[in-house]
Amino acid sequence: MTPVTRRPLRAALLLGVAPLAILTGCSTNNASSDDSRLVSVDSSAEACTLSSAEAPAGNLTFRVKNTGSKVTEFYLLASDGLRIIGEVENIGPSLTRDLVVSAKDGGYITACKPGMKGTGIRADFTVTPSDQDVTVAADDAQLVAQANRNYRAYVTDQSAQLLEKTQEFVKLYTAGEDDAARELYPRARVHWERIETVAESFGDLDPRMDAREADLEAGQKWTGWHAIEKDLWPQRATGYTALTTAQRTTLANTLLADTRTLDTRVQDLTYSADQIANGSRGLLEEVATGKVTGEEEYWSRTDLWDFQANVDGAKVAFDGLRDLVDSKDADLGTTIQTRFEELQALLDAQRVGDDGFTTYDKLTPAQVKALSDAVNALSEPLSQLTAVVLS
Amino acid sequence: MGGLGVLAGGTALGVGATRLGDDGTTATATGAPSSFAGAHQPGIVTPAQDRLHFAAFDVITRSRDDLVDLLRRWTDAGERMMRGEFAGPVGATSGPYDAPPDDTGEAIGLPTAGLSLTIGVGPSLFDGRFGLAGRRPAVLERLPHFPADKLDPARSDGDLCVQACADDPQVAVHAIRNLARIGFGAVSVRWSQLGFGRTSSTSTAQQTPRNLFGFKDGTANVKAEEADALDQHVWVAGDDDPRGAWLAGGSYLVARRINMNIETWDRQSLRDQETIIGRTKAEGAPMSGGGEFTEPDFALPGRDGPLIDVASHVRMAHPSTNDDHRILRRGYNFVDGSTDLGRLDAGLFFLAYMRDPARQYVPMQTKLAKQDLLSEYLQHTGSALFAVPPGVSGGGFVGESLFA
Repeated sequence: MTPVTRRPLRAALLLGVAPLAILTGCSTNNASSDDSRLVSVDSSAEACTLSSAEAPAGNLTFRVKNTGSKVTEFYLLASDGLRIIGEVENIGPSLTRDLVVSAKDGGYITACKPGMKGTGIRADFTVTPSDQDVTVAADDAQLVAQANRNYRAYVTDQSAQLLEKTQEFVKLYTAGEDDAARELYPRARVHWERIETVAESFGDLDPRMDAREADLEAGQKWTGWHAIEKDLWPQRATGYTALTTAQRTTLANTLLADTRTLDTRVQDLTYSADQIANGSRGLLEEVATGKVTGEEEYWSRTDLWDFQANVDGAKVAFDGLRDLVDSKDADLGTTIQTRFEELQALLDAQRVGDDGFTTYDKLTPAQVKALSDAVNALSEPLSQLTAVVLS
Repeated sequence: MGGLGVLAGGTALGVGATRLGDDGTTATATGAPSSFAGAHQPGIVTPAQDRLHFAAFDVITRSRDDLVDLLRRWTDAGERMMRGEFAGPVGATSGPYDAPPDDTGEAIGLPTAGLSLTIGVGPSLFDGRFGLAGRRPAVLERLPHFPADKLDPARSDGDLCVQACADDPQVAVHAIRNLARIGFGAVSVRWSQLGFGRTSSTSTAQQTPRNLFGFKDGTANVKAEEADALDQHVWVAGDDDPRGAWLAGGSYLVARRINMNIETWDRQSLRDQETIIGRTKAEGAPMSGGGEFTEPDFALPGRDGPLIDVASHVRMAHPSTNDDHRILRRGYNFVDGSTDLGRLDAGLFFLAYMRDPARQYVPMQTKLAKQDLLSEYLQHTGSALFAVPPGVSGGGFVGESLFA
């Protein structure tokens, strides 16, 4: 669990909305470096004033300043006035935001939409031929729909397995079969960690199920996996009093009930391409902040199980988007794939038995550094994923 | 509907390329910006700035192409930042809204602050991973163990280094942060050191500053204005080493993290402090008399032997007792907080450029470690040696000659 939840994802998930943001334009990171491809836009209450009505083909930057008093939007539309090439939304009064789009030569229409209503203040815009290459994206709807279906199936499957193993786990724990419970603990949690960014999006469940002791505020009751973890592995605790059978039963019942609620809620979720991409990146952030530092499983030291599970989930999300990524930026797809493989090789070196891992306390500082380096190496290109799938 | 119009004389906004003067601030650069272009890299004879962020890196990729690509990207981004621009072509506040910006943004509105970047390569880069084993000059090897060294491996060595100097610490940190970010996947930060308060002058136009012992230091430094002395003592010549022709016009950089026993030093009488250093605390004049820039007279006798103690720091480090070797010192004070015992974790981050460390540094440091009165108050805790390639010509990249 992290205290900072990925709010945009949560908001969308709770609403059960999946806005499929498919822009047929193609924005890239390589904005033009010459001023002819920079167009400043003044969006006031009554006017939409551009510094130029034309620009050479290539990567264009529209620097939109809202000089009105209402929230505004800016669109670059195809000449039919319908197809959106690129847009920036939610520009508050006196704020400036850039729209970076790749546009080939031809006729376009620009539109400012003060108040976010109506068809906007429109004007013609011309992109003149130039020698800069312009990539035109294919229709992505099929690829996005496929990615959504696959990711949804993955989440519901992991949730079902989490529920099944949790049932088994709490039975062992309340029966006082601690050795068996300790065996199962990391194996049940992998299903949580694989879908951690989705599970975390439920702001009420996450703190009840996955809070670490240090996450609590004064007076807050500690429930969930890590409270049980400490009770099963109290060796590093000072002055710890083992829980009674009644206390164990309460913790176990709460965890099981919350897991059921989670499983019910994930059934109805759908995911847009950017949510899947942000989920992939988010899982790697979980690794960087909690797992590679050995903080997540402080008592059991089973951090590498969680590490692997986060990576599994991130990889599944990326794989689902791979065709979409390759259609837009094949080099990025290849780089991310390679970096996943390099990270996996380091994890594989720490495997013990069929499905186990070295405990965190047995890792040397050099091994932790190597894992951290590989996480950085993967996270940097992965941070580009969302913008690329949306482009 | 109207609204479309070409603004008369529509002013160019620069497409986010420059960070200077953003948000309406006015920022003036101090002097011409530094550049990798030219015979030598910047940050050596550049007048020493007030602040330092120095980082050493391990190369983690095994691909020579990736390493070359990194040096290219560092050269590009470094050149932009030295000009006061963003690290990337798009900048900190533009580009796709769903992607992280290609600059981290903390230097928006700040001037160039005289930023200089200097890139070096360590001996470990030549271990065979990148086909460079045959290109290592003989003197590019780990410095030997000196008496009383207490080196921390986590603060020593490195395959690559970047020295970022600026008059504003945020500008220097911004540069290292962005270069480290560009390097993820190819390099990993091994250690880094912040420094403040330059401890030497590299130009006759600069005052000699004070170190944390309160004394002027590096008075006899090689200065930018001494062209002959630079050629003799700082710049590597093409025929210095048959394997090191690629380093012609470059230099060697010795980096030493030298902790000072601050609290103990502060209890020494002024008499002892001046005896140990061999200069007056007020002026920095040699104990043999005159002003700061008067040559010390090591023979001038007093009641109980020479006025300048034979084991004083000024005599031990002076070119006249070191076969007339000189070095270009460019160090910084550092304070990394306090230790568990409440003592300052502080000292001198010694940086010095020279043509041949085996002749100019190793003998001197061996002698200082054993005989210098000052050594009792010092502890060397980090050490590294780098070769600093020459400047860049014609759209190339730093280190290009090494990979040619």
